[in-house]
Amino acid sequence: MKALLICEYREGKLLDSSFELFGFAAQLGGETALLLVGAEAQLPAYGGPLYLADAAECGEYNPDLHKQLILQAVAKENPDYIVFVHSSYGWDLAPRVAARLKAAQVSEVIGLTDGGFEVGCCNAKMRRTVKPTTAQAVLTIQAGAFPAQQPGGTPQIQRLVAEGGNGMEFVGYEPAEAKDVDLTRAEVIVSAGRGVGKKENVPVIAALARALGGELGASRPVVDAGWVEHSHQVGTTGQTVSPKLYVACGISGAIQHLAGMKKADFIVAINKDKDAPIGEIADVLVVADVLQFVPALTAKVAR
Amino acid sequence: MKILICVKQVPDMESRFKPDNAGVWFSDTDLAFRMNEYDEYAVEQAVQLREQLGDAADLTVLSIGPDRIVEALKKALAMGCDRAVHIQDPAAALKDPWQIAAIIAAFAKDKGFDLIFTGLQSQDRGSAQVGVTVAERLGFACTTTLVGFAFADGVITAKRELEGGVKGVVKLRTPALVTCQLGLNVPRYPTLPNIMKSKKKELVTIPVADLLHEEALAVTARFYPPAKKGGGIVLEGDVGDMAEKLIAILKEKTNVLR
Repeated sequence: MKALLICEYREGKLLDSSFELFGFAAQLGGETALLLVGAEAQLPAYGGPLYLADAAECGEYNPDLHKQLILQAVAKENPDYIVFVHSSYGWDLAPRVAARLKAAQVSEVIGLTDGGFEVGCCNAKMRRTVKPTTAQAVLTIQAGAFPAQQPGGTPQIQRLVAEGGNGMEFVGYEPAEAKDVDLTRAEVIVSAGRGVGKKENVPVIAALARALGGELGASRPVVDAGWVEHSHQVGTTGQTVSPKLYVACGISGAIQHLAGMKKADFIVAINKDKDAPIGEIADVLVVADVLQFVPALTAKVAR
Repeated sequence: MKILICVKQVPDMESRFKPDNAGVWFSDTDLAFRMNEYDEYAVEQAVQLREQLGDAADLTVLSIGPDRIVEALKKALAMGCDRAVHIQDPAAALKDPWQIAAIIAAFAKDKGFDLIFTGLQSQDRGSAQVGVTVAERLGFACTTTLVGFAFADGVITAKRELEGGVKGVVKLRTPALVTCQLGLNVPRYPTLPNIMKSKKKELVTIPVADLLHEEALAVTARFYPPAKKGGGIVLEGDVGDMAEKLIAILKEKTNVLR
């Protein structure tokens, strides 16, 4: 068994999530090879074959060209699996490679299970076991699902070059919006989710945050709907927090949100849906309507 | 400018999911269905582009599935699409993303579409594969995860959402396919006059067998709920009692209540 692991590189840096590929490969077993469109100055400590293309020439986001580089490495290594992180880079690139190879793709793998791959579905409430029927398969692994590992060693570098781009031009990066609220320092965060119902109800959640001496947080749908400013968003595309107490109000627990708050010391979830995925990581799950329970709690805390 | 929008009908994610008889997907019984949330952003962006271009734009919305999915197509028509294509397939849920993409590409290949909008992923399956695979099959330029879209002089300027709130800006020429992330725009609610008007719009039905000539590359062996990790305390019942209990727990387990 052999896996070709595709590292990620952005804004001049090898991304830490790349090391989770090693953790996954260790569970998979067998040989590995690595591919990185990056820079020689930033190579992981790894003692196997490393296919390297220069990001200065190939671009950090140029999926058509990156696809061609990966296909070159696949032709040389003939791996059983080509593995990406399920990220804005991986989910964008993996299907292009899979289509060219006519290989099965299994997206957002969270585990290995009886001859197949375990993936989440239905907003993380359910699971599927998926089995590729092709000899070669493309996989993307869920960020955070496998432990990061540092294999150690010195890579045997093999350089790759390619041209192309399919009429696409990468213009540049826009930095994240300035944060007027630094949730990373908050000891208590009380977050509003879609279960809050409407913008007019957000003050109910903010009142509990105040009563607990904490900050207001929010899940993505609430920010997208314009109920709460983006600077309060907790999750993969917002802030990653680790307060002493996190209270999730009407938040179902999409993986992108959980990734941003699961390191909290103590998690309370208030949700009508007893099966909501947030219940899996909560220390206390209060099965209730947020708009009934939160004011009652605030009144008792403030007393 | 010919525009195709691909939408999927999915269950309300608040539902309780039960495995079907074969144990490989959910049972449809007792589920309420709606348009996949990501696809609402795709439809809205296409309708906004038509508002910009006027009659020069022509919007076709497509969906694959059993007869119930016509509701999702009707919603897209009421939001402003011009015509709908229902690819009739009672067994669509058993097909893998490769087959779904093959069906869409087979429909689109000789129609001269300039631009295709899809959601980034579906809420139920979440593979994030179909849009990109369609583009690859058609040889279209493609970018994903859009939180910004602009079109001028034949060039799309797309803003992609990356991790940590950073965005990547990409320019691409048509023919192109883009996949839409949540928050790209504010999807409109269909108004009553537009719902009435949409009843007169064209809805074409095509049997899936006319378009699908590919075998699945992956199969679902099992569909099941996650193993309960346990350990967490579950409070149920009277709101006042639960609040008292929660305060007692917080006083015992944390030092945030003094």
